[in-house]
Amino acid sequence: MDNFIETSSGLWEVVIGLEVHAQVISESKLFSSASTKFGVPPNENVSFVDAALPGVLPVLNSFCIDQAIKTGLGLNGNINKVSSFDRKNYFYADLPQGYQISQFFHPIVTGGYIEVEQADGTLKKVNIERIHVEQDAGKSIHDQSPTKTYIDLNRSGIALMEIVTKPDMRTAEEAATFLRKLRSILRYLKTCDGNMDEGSMRADVNVSVHRPNTPFGTRAEIKNVNSIKFLATAINFEIERQIEILENGGEVEQETRLFDSSTGKTRTMRSKEDAQDYRYFPDPDLPPLVLEQSRIDAIRETIPELSDAKSNRLQKDYELPKYDADLIASEIEIADFYEKALSSTKSNDKTVAKMLSNWILGELFALLNKNSADITSSRISPEALAELIMLIKTNVISGKIAKDVLELMWEEQKSPTVIVDEKGWKQITSTDEIEKTLREILAENADKVAEYKSGKDKLFGFFVGQGMKKTQGKANPQLLNDVLKKLLAE
Amino acid sequence: MHTLSLFDTKQALLSKKFSSVELTKCFLERMEKYSNLNAYITVCAEQALAAAKQSDEKIASGNAGELEGIPLAIKDLFLTKGVRTTAGSKMLYNFIPPYESTVTQKLLDAGSVFLGKTNMDEFAMGSANITSYYGNVISPWDTVKKLVPGGSSGGSAAAVAGHLCVAATGSDTGGSIRQPAAFVGCVGLKPTYGRCSRYGMVAFASSLDQAGPLAKTVKDAAIFLKVISGYDDKDSTSANIPVPNFEEFAGKSVKGLKIGIPKEFRVDGMSDEIVECWNKGAEILKKAGAEVVDVSLPYSKYALPVYYIIAPAEASANLSRYDGVRYGYRAEGKSLNEMYENTRGEGFGEEVRRRILVGTYVLSAGYYDAYYMRALKIQKLIKQDFENAFKNVDVLLTPTTPTGAFAIGEEPKDPVTMYLNDVFTVTANIAGLPGMSVPVCLDKAGRPLGLQLIAPHFREDLLVQVGSVIETEANFPTLKEVR
Repeated sequence: MDNFIETSSGLWEVVIGLEVHAQVISESKLFSSASTKFGVPPNENVSFVDAALPGVLPVLNSFCIDQAIKTGLGLNGNINKVSSFDRKNYFYADLPQGYQISQFFHPIVTGGYIEVEQADGTLKKVNIERIHVEQDAGKSIHDQSPTKTYIDLNRSGIALMEIVTKPDMRTAEEAATFLRKLRSILRYLKTCDGNMDEGSMRADVNVSVHRPNTPFGTRAEIKNVNSIKFLATAINFEIERQIEILENGGEVEQETRLFDSSTGKTRTMRSKEDAQDYRYFPDPDLPPLVLEQSRIDAIRETIPELSDAKSNRLQKDYELPKYDADLIASEIEIADFYEKALSSTKSNDKTVAKMLSNWILGELFALLNKNSADITSSRISPEALAELIMLIKTNVISGKIAKDVLELMWEEQKSPTVIVDEKGWKQITSTDEIEKTLREILAENADKVAEYKSGKDKLFGFFVGQGMKKTQGKANPQLLNDVLKKLLAE
Repeated sequence: MHTLSLFDTKQALLSKKFSSVELTKCFLERMEKYSNLNAYITVCAEQALAAAKQSDEKIASGNAGELEGIPLAIKDLFLTKGVRTTAGSKMLYNFIPPYESTVTQKLLDAGSVFLGKTNMDEFAMGSANITSYYGNVISPWDTVKKLVPGGSSGGSAAAVAGHLCVAATGSDTGGSIRQPAAFVGCVGLKPTYGRCSRYGMVAFASSLDQAGPLAKTVKDAAIFLKVISGYDDKDSTSANIPVPNFEEFAGKSVKGLKIGIPKEFRVDGMSDEIVECWNKGAEILKKAGAEVVDVSLPYSKYALPVYYIIAPAEASANLSRYDGVRYGYRAEGKSLNEMYENTRGEGFGEEVRRRILVGTYVLSAGYYDAYYMRALKIQKLIKQDFENAFKNVDVLLTPTTPTGAFAIGEEPKDPVTMYLNDVFTVTANIAGLPGMSVPVCLDKAGRPLGLQLIAPHFREDLLVQVGSVIETEANFPTLKEVR
């Protein structure tokens, strides 16, 4: 589909490419045995290698390489049997070696793609150019002293994967969808936790605009985009900025721009003239990385079912609507929760599958939101939710009461059955009991019964309400209706 | 006792002719007496005596290691835990390493005693030991004319030849073990790239650097080499192959071996004395039953320019870590960039700055292909030259240096002429091959001249075998005392 922007001067096409830095999930760093634990005091996870003492040498962490291979396979890429490491030279106080070890000439993965759903529901392939493995730099802390900069090297040397797309995206929303999906896949693969707040996933964005059917425009690179929401904001700002320049007869400069999340704007960081010459050359401390086919095959075996396949299966096996299935499959933790709960119901009833989906996406999510929690910190286990669903399904409680039970499950950490027992919330399903209660009500309201019988149908609702009130909401609603109809017809 | 070889010292210590403490004291006194050589940057008297005492106890209890109680000198680019390591630079004037290099750890594990850290050209960049921040080293052969000991392992070479230690570690990136060995008349062995771990060596050019011994005899070098060799999982470029008992090859007959004389090493302007020395070596081997044949290494003439592209390129990155941020010398500045400029401008000497600039230049956008890539291509051709040569011969014999040692002040004033000192030695580094310099004769001015042997990868045994025959027959007039 075409995604042109129309302004008073005519149509514009936008071209977007992403470079995503994804921190590899690994206990230790890419070239040292120091821990990668987040949130520890500054400079605690620093080995001699990470601090670049004289004489130290990098030793490749093969687990990080396995993770990169897994990522490459999960993104449909080609795993290169021979790749190599290069030095990217630049000076900065938080870059101890004075160079970053990266893969410039021969990356570990080339090619690959992710299918993203466009606004009109059609699928589009966003192609991946390459994935390479590199080390992260440390952190400069400028706000602790007016005259000093502090350096924290905990992050120095942690493994990153740089995932570079082709310039295949055409709208900010498409780029956001891509990033969301990429994040989901990496989390399914357990190769990156996708935590953008902690900086374990960061994106640089290349944006340009041009008139349809003309060559691509000059691009600007936007750095420091650290949430999916900001990605769309930054791109949209940049599109407007570039179009305005061009419409006023100006030229877009090739430059690196910084996104400021407080203003939602981008500003010049450095122009092309100031672009650094990184003087890449092969790192003589590291021999080429040669991979055996058997290693790649073994890793392929460990690739789990990813979100698209899972959504399709949920739709096919449980007849879930696409909307539900996509939402549940979008995050591995939600999918895991759903599937655990479903298996715990031991039910093959398709309506149970749909009920469960409704309860997770509706009531449970509302509860999580209210408590600022997410599915991984849910105080309600999948098994407990399954139990609640089955209480509804088997008419032990009504759906209405179940909502109160769910709240209590969260607060009191008790099983739904215990709560229902303690509260005496079991649904009244005895026809005799309901009939007895209703007869009392009708007797007490003889005048209203007469009115009803003379044609005031609306009073039926009044009797239902009285019935529920008298049974404290425990009467099975269907049964109550049926018995009431019978009695009023007498 | 200070003039004994490592082999003889070992026998004497084991048979308790003298103790390690006595020997260590003797060397410490000599180091004091001949401090004018400036061979040592740091002397570790207390530690050495403590270690010697321990060694004597071990010898007494029959638990002697391979080098038990033997006093050694350590080039000041091997990191020694708790002992200042400067790499000959102001940049590391205050750097006390928190860990031990693999090579020195192996020497310690073998029971040796470290007398101190030897002077060297700054960051191993130099061929006369005149670029050291800690002053030049004087060769024990002539302290009046002040001959240079060569470089960059000049302090180690002077210490070995002047009997200020039994043997010493050196490092060789383009000839830094073999050239000074030739200049002072001792044995210097650069092993195959990957034979010894580089972990804990201050890096100059990572793809060329290799540790090795400077010793009084070929057999000493062989014993020393065995101790420091072997795979190290901390160095991804170290080779995981068995280490032979090199000592066994000393004195073995060379009958039937083929010795190649590479014709390209007959360079213009080479002195008659060097040619004579070279011929003498070939004659010795012929007489001993080896076959001497001419071989050609057509691309070897490019080795020096290739070296002076690859080595500075790697050095320019390796030395980026000396930025004043975390350790070493720091000069203040108003901004980060100014701090860098001041620190690196003041902390590095002229030659180091020159090589960083050259290295930065050859890696720059637009020049990378013309210089660095081309150098790597020629490096491949040079390697092929050697592979072809070694199809026909076992070992190559060449001069180690184009001239004998020169006096301080007589050194070539332009850097490129100075670089010619390495013309015969760099090829082995470029091809990753093992090479050894053996002292053979004196020139007319009475300065030592050495011959170099180059063997195929991981065939240091051949260097020992052929080298010890040359050594025995050449009967080089070893220096008895500093003069």
